[in-house]
This record gives sequence, structure tokens and C-alpha cells, in this order.
Amino acid sequence: MRFDLPNGSSVQALKDVSLDLKAGELMSVLGPSGCGKTTLLNIVAGFLAPTEGTIELNGNTVEGPGPERGMVFQQGALFEWMSVRDNVSFGPRMKGQKAAEYSQEVDHLLDVVGLQDFKEKAIYELSGGMQQRVALARCLANDPDVILMDEPLGALDALTREKMQGLVLKLWKETGKTIILITHSVEEALLLGERLIVMAPRPGRIHKEYNLPFADMGVGQDLREVKKDPRFGQVREEILSMIWDMEEEIMGRTEGAGA
Amino acid sequence: MSIFSELFNELLAVLSTLVAAIPYIAGYILLILLFLFIWNLVKRVLTPKSDFGSLKTVTFGDESAVTSNTVASVVSILLIFVLWGAFTGSKLLPGFMHMPGAFTGEGTFVYTATAGDQSDDAEVTFLVFQTGEDVEAPEVELGDGFAKNDSIAIAAYRSELLRVDLNDELGRDEGAVVSHVNGTPIEPGGSVSTEFGQVNMSQKGTLNIVPSTGWQMEPIWLPSPERVWERMGEITTDGFRNFTLAQHLGYSLFRVIVGFLLGALVGIPLGYAMGLSDWFRGWFDPIVEFMRPVPPLALIPLVIIWAGIGEEGKIILLFLAALWIMAIGARAGVSGVRISKVHAAYSLGASKWQIMRYVIIPNSLPEIFTAARVAMGVCWGTVVAAELVAAQKGAGMMIMTASKFQNTDIVIMGIILIGIIGFSIDMLMRQLEKWLVPWKGKG
Repeated sequence: MRFDLPNGSSVQALKDVSLDLKAGELMSVLGPSGCGKTTLLNIVAGFLAPTEGTIELNGNTVEGPGPERGMVFQQGALFEWMSVRDNVSFGPRMKGQKAAEYSQEVDHLLDVVGLQDFKEKAIYELSGGMQQRVALARCLANDPDVILMDEPLGALDALTREKMQGLVLKLWKETGKTIILITHSVEEALLLGERLIVMAPRPGRIHKEYNLPFADMGVGQDLREVKKDPRFGQVREEILSMIWDMEEEIMGRTEGAGA
Repeated sequence: MSIFSELFNELLAVLSTLVAAIPYIAGYILLILLFLFIWNLVKRVLTPKSDFGSLKTVTFGDESAVTSNTVASVVSILLIFVLWGAFTGSKLLPGFMHMPGAFTGEGTFVYTATAGDQSDDAEVTFLVFQTGEDVEAPEVELGDGFAKNDSIAIAAYRSELLRVDLNDELGRDEGAVVSHVNGTPIEPGGSVSTEFGQVNMSQKGTLNIVPSTGWQMEPIWLPSPERVWERMGEITTDGFRNFTLAQHLGYSLFRVIVGFLLGALVGIPLGYAMGLSDWFRGWFDPIVEFMRPVPPLALIPLVIIWAGIGEEGKIILLFLAALWIMAIGARAGVSGVRISKVHAAYSLGASKWQIMRYVIIPNSLPEIFTAARVAMGVCWGTVVAAELVAAQKGAGMMIMTASKFQNTDIVIMGIILIGIIGFSIDMLMRQLEKWLVPWKGKG
């Protein structure tokens, strides 16, 4: 993936990124800012066309956005002119389904994410954490094969964030969806990533890959217990120092370029 | 060079007017502070509230602690009417609140005529009457001596020249001159103050009786509130220049609404096209950006040349006034849609048409409403101005024609009604906004 810049030069945003996801996998992508995480997700979602290479899903090449790949954005991207229920039923309605066909599923999803008392509320009456739950429910109501999450919990406060992490794990186990989650929180990546990709910047590439047990442990268990696991601390330190080194390197490089 | 000295002189004139106004402004500010003081005393008597705002100790500099004080608003409006009434002698106010009025009723003064070494006193009686009354000069006896008593009727706020010597046995032609008024010597060009006003003497020796005009405004400059109210009743039933008040205002409103709707009908799709297609944006950007800063009033002459002074011309003008505002509002509304919302809708399987219908249009509504509010305000201002220039009916025409006949009461009534309608339009648009786009500013 290469972007041409207006001044004639170009940026190699991503290079030789090859990934193969199995159905039902939960993969988190971690990396310092500017490593191409969001670019990668946008390509998978079909919002950007790669300059080289292809994305395939179920044997079909991805050429644009589609309902089989659901997105959850950092800040809801909800439609504030619709009620909570209308937001969640947006996907089915766009397919032309009648209220009778989708309402049961929508009600069920709203119950699952804990918004049973807020179904008819307006979006702007909800707190940030609730809005993010609506976004999750909206995505699930459309029954996508893959869910792409772009720092979905990044804008939440620490306490709400922990609760939401548990919810994401629960939904993952219940629905069996394939999930790609982008984050810049190491803890979140470790907790939620069954598979964890650490990316390195300039050009954006896969630096290291982990297979982790914490996501499975976290299902139905207190996430704080998971964090106490000695292996958790160990991997976290390892990844932190890895990213730290990368950041240092970027700083050093820009300073060198400036001198 | 001369333009600068001219401008400098103009500036000096303006500044001197301003300086002259300073005592009045200071007086008004003192009144404001006086009422503040009174209100603070009243508030102390009332039960003190302990809501969140009143418990704040830091209020100076805290923007949120400053809310519009309703009492101040009410007092300020009342004060305007009280001042208006006081300076026009309104019957709505008790007499003690009136400013000193013009001198009315009968007055007298004594003049001394001198001819050679003989002199004689005579009395002048005058009656000052309200404009519109039918009065004769009071009857007086001629009295003795060679100078005879005189009488005259004078309209309030006016002065009258009086040849007191015309009925005297020894007049100006016989060499007699008026030497004293009320015992005070007077010469041509001089004047004598009296309890009713003053008596001036012209260069030729004629007396000019100037009763005091007091502090009140003459009705032809500022009619009293009840006079304006009465006039409104008259025009509501009998009409002004062949059209009733409702017709005048109704036509103005009709022009505004039709012009605005046409402008919105063309402007909103134009704005959408500019927001959604780079070709359309490139095409219309220069036109819109050029037309936007042209004040609609500057188009009046051209519209009159092209379309005449009838309804058509007015509506074309208002259409143009609304068009650019609406187009720019719609364009901003479309451009303001967050890309993540569009992405989300695409990921949920929406088609282009569905994106337009369910995302772009609702997302642009708040901006369009803001533009509509601005456009309605501009249209209302423009229609009044256009009617001032040329029209057979309409609020602007009404006050312009009235001003040519010095019907100040109609002018003031018209201005108040125009203000009320403009204010109501804005309030209505705000209310509509609250009902129809409750999500405004909450994305």
C-alpha cells in the first residue's frame, strides 16, 4: 500500500502484510501510531483499494465496503437522528426487511448489550459507553461474517472500557464471529487478542505475532483475574519494550532527518 | 486633499453630536444602576434561593453564572414605554410622571410703547391652544392711553409675530417704539424672558411671542403610545392608501415566504450538488462565492429595471436573497457529514441512494435550518427595504408613504410591527428547529 503525496513523493504505508484468518478468530492488531493499523483495516473494510495485493473473504475478492464486513468505529458513528432501535435495525432495514422480520433479533441484541431500557431513546441521550454498545449491536444485527473494530473503546474512560472489554469477549464467544480489533492499548490487545499482531512503522509491516490464551481465559471470568496471570505481565512487558524501541527509533530518525 | 478635510469636518460634526449625547447616555446608565440597586434591595426581602447558581462564590468571570435577568428585561421594556409616555404627555401615565409640557392656556405680558417723551403701557393677552383645536383670539378691552391692549391665539409649540402697535394711536409710523416688556428694557434683536417663555424683538421692532415648548415632544415628531395604538386601530379597519393593515403586512409576509421557499427549493439541491460532486462544486463555486457578498439591496435597481415594481420583481429579489444562503448552508451540511458515518452505513449494506436518504440528508438538516433562519431574517429585511423603494402595498411602503406626510404615528407603528414580525419569524424558526432537528449540535 503506497500513497502518493501532493508534493510528488510517496509514503509506503504498508508493505508485504500477509494475514490469514480462520473463521471465528479474534485477532488484535497493535502498534505505535503511524504503523498503518487503520490503513490496514480500511483496506480490509474496502474503503481503500490496495496498490498491490488482494483481500479475499470466503473466496471472493473484496472490492468495496459490504455488509459481510461490519465496522465498529472509535466514536460510534451512530446516526443521531434515529432512535437506538432504528440505529440497530439499520442494516436489516437497508436490506428491505420488514419490522416483523428483524424486531425480535434487534430486541434480543439490545438485551444482550444491556440496553433493554433505552430502546426508544435518542442517541444523544446516551453516555459514551452506551453509544458504543449500540454500535456493537448495530453491527451484529446485520449478521456480518467479519467484524472490524477500529479502536472501538479508545474514547471511553478506563472503568467503562474494562466493562466493554468483557462485553466484546462475551459477544465473540456467543456469536462466533471473526473479529479484527485495532487498538493502541497493550492490555486491551492482550486481553482480547486470541491472536496478536504487533506492527512496525515505515513501512507498516508485521513485526511479531503471538498466540495468546488470555481471551479464552477471559470469557466468563473476571478480567482482573486474567491480568494477574504471571504470563500476562511477562508478555505485556515484552510488547511494551518492543513498541518503546520502535518509538525511540522513530524519534531518532526524525531528529536525524531534521539535523 | 479636499475630500480628507471634508471627511474630517464630517467626523467632527459626528463627534460633537456624540459628545452632546453623553449626558443623556450617562443618565440612562444611572437609571439602569438605580433599578439594579432597587432590585437588589427587593431581592434581599424575598426568600433567598439556594439553587446551584446562587451558591457559587465566583460569579465575576464565570460565563455560566451570567444568565439573562428576566426582571431586568421587563423593567427595561417598561422603562422605554414610560420614557416614551413621559416625553409625549401620554394619558396612560399619571400626570406627575409627565415631563414639563408646552405652555398652553392664557398668558399676558405688558409692553411699554415710547413715542418721543411720552410713554404708555398696554397688555398683550395670548391664548396657546393645542394643534387641531379651533380657537379665536381672546376678547380684550382696548384700555386707555395711546397704546392699546392686544390679543392673539398661538398654536402650541409655535411662536407668533405680533405688531402690537397696529391698533395703537401712535404706532411705528408715528415714531413710537416698544421700549420695555414687563418693565424690562428691550431693543431690536433682543429678548426678554417671561414666566410663559420669552418675548423676542425682531430687527424691525416687531414682538415675537415664544411660549415655552417644555420637554415634551411634539406629536408630529413623536406621538404618544396611545396615539400610535389608536392609529393602528384606524388602519386595521379603514386601511391606509387603499389597503388595510393586514393586507400591507400580509403582502410583505407573502413575498418573503414565496421568495424564501423558491430560494430553498433551488438552493438546497444546488448546495447538495456542490457538496457531492467536485464538478458541480467547481462550476458553481465562483458564482456562489461572488453572489454571496453582494447585498440583496444592491440588486433592487436591476430587479426593478428587469421585472418592474410588481410582485414578480419583489419575489425575484427575495429568491436571490435566500438562494445563496440556502445553497451554502446545504453545501456545509453535506460537507459536514462525518466520513465514519458514511463508512458505517456502507458497511451495513446501504446503497448510494440509501446513504443519501438516511445519512446525508438528515445529517445536513441542522445546517439547513440554521441557513433557513438566516435567510428568513435577510428576506424580511430585504422585503421592507424593497418596499421602501417602490411598492403599492406592503409594510415598507406604508411607513415610507406615511413619512412623506409626516404621519409619524404610522411610521412608528410600522416599525414596531416590522420588528415584532421579524422577531416572531426568528422565534418560530428556532422552535421548528427544536422540534424537527432535536439532534442539532449533539452528534
